[in-house]
Amino acid sequence: MTTPKTEMDVVGNNSRQSHKNMLKMYYATDLPQDQSNFNPLDIDSPTFQADRYLKKLKQEKSLAELMEAENDMAKQIRTLDSDMQTLVYENYNKFISATDTIRTMKRDFREMEKEMVKLTSNMAAITHLNSQISSTMQGNRQQINKLVGVHSVLKKLQFLFELPSRLKKCLATKSYAAGVSYYLRTKTVLQHYQHMESFSGIEQDCSKIVAEIITELKKTFYDKDSSAQQLADCVGLLLRLGEPADLLCEDYLEHAKHKLDEDLQELESYLKVDKATVDKSANASSDGGLYIDVLEFIDRGSNGFLSNLSLTITAYENLFIKQIEITAMSSAMVGQMTPLFISDEVSKVASMKLAKFVEDLLQVYFTLVENRLVLEKRSRDNALVVRALDRFYRRLQATSNILADSDIMVHGEGIIVRMIKARCEHYRFALKDFFTDCLTDIRHTISAPNTVSGKSSPASLNLLDLVNSTASALLNQVKSVLADVQLFTVRDINFASLPYFRKEFPCEDVREGIIVHFVHYISETLRSFCDVSSAARLVASPPTVLLLLSKLCRDFEQSTIAYLLTLTDEQFLISSKDRMTDITSLTAEIGETAQKLLEGYVQSSGVSVSRMIRTSIEARDWLKCVEPRQVRAVMRRVVEEITQTDQQVGSLYEEGTRKARSSDSSKRTQTYQTSVSRQRERGHWGVYAPSSNMDNSLLSNIHKLFSERVDVFGPVEFSRTSVLTGVIKISLKTLLECVRMKTFGKFGLQQLQVDCQYLQLYLWRFVSDENIVHTIIDEVISSCLHRCIEPAAMEPSVIDVICERG
Amino acid sequence: MDVEDAPLIYGLELQARCLCPQAAETNYTRFLVATQSLRQENQVHLITFDDENNQLEKTIFPHTSGEVWHISSSCNDVSLFSTCFNHIAGGDIRSGCKLWRLPADQCNETVTDSLNQPNSISEIGELKSDEVRSVSHVLWKPIEDDSQVMSLGSGQMHLWDIMKAEPRLIRVFKLPEKKGHPCPVTNGKWNPHHGAKQFAVATNQHIIGWDVRGDAEAFRIENAHGQLVRDLDFNPNKQYYLVSCGDDCLVKFWDVREPTAPVSVISDEHSHWVWSARFNPFHDQLVLSCGSDSRVVLFNKASLSSEPFGHLMDEDEDDLGSEKEPPKDGLIEIYEEHEDSVYAVEWSSADPWSFASLSYDGRVVINKVPKKVKFDILL
Repeated sequence: MTTPKTEMDVVGNNSRQSHKNMLKMYYATDLPQDQSNFNPLDIDSPTFQADRYLKKLKQEKSLAELMEAENDMAKQIRTLDSDMQTLVYENYNKFISATDTIRTMKRDFREMEKEMVKLTSNMAAITHLNSQISSTMQGNRQQINKLVGVHSVLKKLQFLFELPSRLKKCLATKSYAAGVSYYLRTKTVLQHYQHMESFSGIEQDCSKIVAEIITELKKTFYDKDSSAQQLADCVGLLLRLGEPADLLCEDYLEHAKHKLDEDLQELESYLKVDKATVDKSANASSDGGLYIDVLEFIDRGSNGFLSNLSLTITAYENLFIKQIEITAMSSAMVGQMTPLFISDEVSKVASMKLAKFVEDLLQVYFTLVENRLVLEKRSRDNALVVRALDRFYRRLQATSNILADSDIMVHGEGIIVRMIKARCEHYRFALKDFFTDCLTDIRHTISAPNTVSGKSSPASLNLLDLVNSTASALLNQVKSVLADVQLFTVRDINFASLPYFRKEFPCEDVREGIIVHFVHYISETLRSFCDVSSAARLVASPPTVLLLLSKLCRDFEQSTIAYLLTLTDEQFLISSKDRMTDITSLTAEIGETAQKLLEGYVQSSGVSVSRMIRTSIEARDWLKCVEPRQVRAVMRRVVEEITQTDQQVGSLYEEGTRKARSSDSSKRTQTYQTSVSRQRERGHWGVYAPSSNMDNSLLSNIHKLFSERVDVFGPVEFSRTSVLTGVIKISLKTLLECVRMKTFGKFGLQQLQVDCQYLQLYLWRFVSDENIVHTIIDEVISSCLHRCIEPAAMEPSVIDVICERG
Repeated sequence: MDVEDAPLIYGLELQARCLCPQAAETNYTRFLVATQSLRQENQVHLITFDDENNQLEKTIFPHTSGEVWHISSSCNDVSLFSTCFNHIAGGDIRSGCKLWRLPADQCNETVTDSLNQPNSISEIGELKSDEVRSVSHVLWKPIEDDSQVMSLGSGQMHLWDIMKAEPRLIRVFKLPEKKGHPCPVTNGKWNPHHGAKQFAVATNQHIIGWDVRGDAEAFRIENAHGQLVRDLDFNPNKQYYLVSCGDDCLVKFWDVREPTAPVSVISDEHSHWVWSARFNPFHDQLVLSCGSDSRVVLFNKASLSSEPFGHLMDEDEDDLGSEKEPPKDGLIEIYEEHEDSVYAVEWSSADPWSFASLSYDGRVVINKVPKKVKFDILL
């Protein structure tokens, strides 16, 4: 039962397969056949093999199952049959309606063809008619064209013939603009037909009239009272009439120059008056009627000259540079390219002329201003100068805004910067002068009380005050200078925004130029006071001045310099990387100066004491002395002098360090024996009893070995004891050297013993290490013993008595 | 330090102030030192420095006339020298000046056993005249075959002829006085140039040059030093230049044609009075100074030297010459072997590189110029 169905299926399968193949051919695609699905047992597969399927069914299924399969299969076949029938019916219906539609279309097309044939014949008739009309109209149209041409030529000719009279009318009514435009319109034609007599006549007439117009225009142009508008018109017309632009510019500028020159001359006259007044000001009788201060001078300069100049510039630019452009444009519109090019050149020339003109005048102006400012270089009123400069700068800025590409500002800034530098320099000199005055004051104050009274206490009291007052005076002076200089950089001053003020001014001019320079100057000046190689030194500056100045420097080193620099840095906002000279190097320099001054002081006071000692030793015959009864007066004076020095130094410097004193310092009796006993205490050579001179020299040698070498003119510290130690060392060393040059008798030796004991008694308290005094005095005594022909030392007790008495 | 550079130290038993080279000696480095003692017999020591063995030969002669303040030797005769001395007689100081001759063999032989030979110096004359009250210095005229000496004392200069047995006073120069007092003369020196027609003295703070042919000042350096001028020395090779030193611790170089300001100043090396300054007689850029700060300072003053830099070099060794830096002025060395004030320093007359210094405690130190400096100058 199933077999026919399956056969049908196979047939259906075959036909379906052929359809597929045809489609495939049409689309030219060669889809690979899926061979993997090849399954002969699948009933829906195209490769289905009924036999094998049946066989398989038979083999695998039970009877009941087979039955069921058979039923199932039959049911499926029936459904498929009915489906196929409906499909066939539907398709048939569609086919029939399609046939109907085609039939109606055929009928419609036949009617359309008839209509189209009719349209073609109508169109042909229309074309024919049209060509006929156009051929009949041809002749008339040409005639009309010719007539129109003749008419326009006649009109132009009439205009030409009437031109001279028109121009005359224009000239009479002063409507130059119209006249110029008429003339320009006809000019080319006239020039073209110049060879014909009538035309040349007309042209001559026209040129004559135009020349008149030009002269009229020029008259207006040169008229001082003509308004800007009039001038502009004039210039425009003249330019259009082909007047040479550069000549016009020159004339115009020449004209303007007269006016401006007058302004400048006025300024110059002020300048002369000012100069005279400044020169005269020494007489303090300024007849000041014509004298004007710098601010007013600048004011007048700005209001008079600069504003006039600005006006001229604006007018000129309007007149020439823009006019030329306009003319160029218009001629370009006429169609000539070259004139544009040419007038471009001309306008360039015009601007250049203006620039040159302005530059020349400003040059003069700048020179005047600078000359005036130079007069202010040493002025005391800095605020006035600043205001004057500021005004100058502002006005100049305004002017330079008008004149775009000029270097006015460069010049102006140059003037300002130069002026400020000059001011800075002035301050530098002013500070120097002030310092020199301070020095003179110090000298006067110091020399005055000394001559008035021998009392030392008021003088020494004065010293500290003097140092302080001098220091504060200097500080105040510098501060006021700083304040003055700072005016240059106040915010509302316009020129303060120049790049110069950002770095160069505060760093180089103020900080380096004024402050640092001043400190260097102080240092140098003071150093020259204590320059050892200059012979006149000791005469030039009394020791007290040196001492005082050293204290001053010391103060500077410790606080003032740092304060000043910090102040400057803060006030001028100098960043730390711009600080060229740092504080430490400056303070070090001043500190060194202080040191040198102090050393100079020690030297010169030491030398003055030395001188006393030397004359006292050299002038005496030590061989034939009488027995000593008292301390020599010169020794008392030495002690007095040193005490006075001590007071002076003490009023300025701290006490300083001392080595511990032995309790018997003041009691120590300076004799040969005790000096040996001291040596015994100090060293281990007690066995060398001072029995002979040989031993004596040996002892002193050994003594020297163990005692420290005394550096006589050595470095000094900033303390009272150190200074005094220095002075005393110098004095005692002198004593030693002088003693060695002399020969002593018995009493000479004894007198020297007394003197030395006295010195020892009074000097130990001043020095930092009393051993220094002991050492040198020991040496003096032992040298004296060498130089003595009869070495019989005095009893220590006697020496004591004499010293206490004295 | 190199062994050869180490200083040789010789101690005298007595104090001493004066030292001089044996000026006429050109083979041996010899110095004369005289002692200064009031109570013991003074001595004159002849010291010979043996460079090769780095040893000292000493000969001691007694000096019976008194303590010696100044000693100087003849520039022509090796055996001649003079001393200026003080001696006490009857409570008074008597000063005198004698000319001496060394024993003959001392001059010719180097190796002598001084202790065994009872040699003594023989007096050949005394500078004595009624017109001359005292003599503090004697300076031998540095001219060959000349027999004049200049003596200084009590504000006067005396020119003597010592050709004959008895020295004859030729001439007296009076130094200008100050307020009626004769000016103390601290030292003097012959100008070795132009046949020694000039003689310069240091008095107070001034240096005065005399023309010995007439009686006129040749030059005068006013206020040469802030205090006393202690010594001066002429540059032996360069005219017009002299060095001076004084109590202001400075050593100054002068051009006598320009006496207003020193040419150069050495200011930092001495911390007390400078007692003596000497040009090296051969290489005058080497300058010695000594002072009461117990220091001896050797200075290089090439800028004032008569030896132009690279003069010899440029002729034959151009490329070598360019390598060397131009010599600079500067301190060479400070010698601090002394414990007491150094009053005299002298260059050897025979060896350009040796010098002797003498301190008050009787210590003689013989030093040499550092090798490096020596080679720098020579090469």
